[in-house]
Amino acid sequence: MLIRITPDALDPQPFIAHVRRDEAGAIALFLGVVRNNSQGRRVLHLEYDAYPEMAEKKLREVAEEITSRWPITDIAIAHRTGRLEIGETSLLVVVSSPHRQEAFAACHHAVNRIKEVVPIWKKEVWQGGASWVEGEGERQATLQPE
Amino acid sequence: MKVKVKFFAALHQMMGTRELDLEVAEGLTVAELHRDLCVRFPRLADYGDNLLFSVNAEYVPADHPLRDGDEVAFIPPVSGGAHAH
Repeated sequence: MLIRITPDALDPQPFIAHVRRDEAGAIALFLGVVRNNSQGRRVLHLEYDAYPEMAEKKLREVAEEITSRWPITDIAIAHRTGRLEIGETSLLVVVSSPHRQEAFAACHHAVNRIKEVVPIWKKEVWQGGASWVEGEGERQATLQPE
Repeated sequence: MKVKVKFFAALHQMMGTRELDLEVAEGLTVAELHRDLCVRFPRLADYGDNLLFSVNAEYVPADHPLRDGDEVAFIPPVSGGAHAH
């Protein structure tokens, strides 16, 4: 199990290498990537803020929950913080398991749980303003010029 | 007793500070601490109460009593990962 909260760019290779096993026939990799638009607006970049100690603890709990629910061989999760440009990876989840079904299901569930419980927040910055995104699609009313 | 309160994301921006060290009454709950701070900092009240509470990096219920040295955070709805949808 490997958990990281980091301001550095996320390269999937070391995480894939970490979960790779001779007995695991499947590795599922999810990358959350910064998109150039949100709700019809052109996004310039994103900023992620985290409560690092708690976020790391919650990511570990998600990984433990996944490990107890599916017969996987290993899991690695990483979340980026700070400013991210369009196309950069913000979230990485990689799961290895003997067969592909468990790898897909465990990876999918991990991504959903991370979005529910891990104290990390995203600010969308667009031309002329920015706002913190709160929860699934809820947006705080206050907009401030950048 | 002393507690530390941490602010993140929109709350950090509204409060203009990352953390506060406070002297509070024994046995105060996290919700009472939040209410007290809303009086002292109207910006915090403006934010509203769509928040979860954490103590020492663990989610706690509103009636959780604080102890000396606790680290408290008011947690806005999280939005990690790449996209809200």
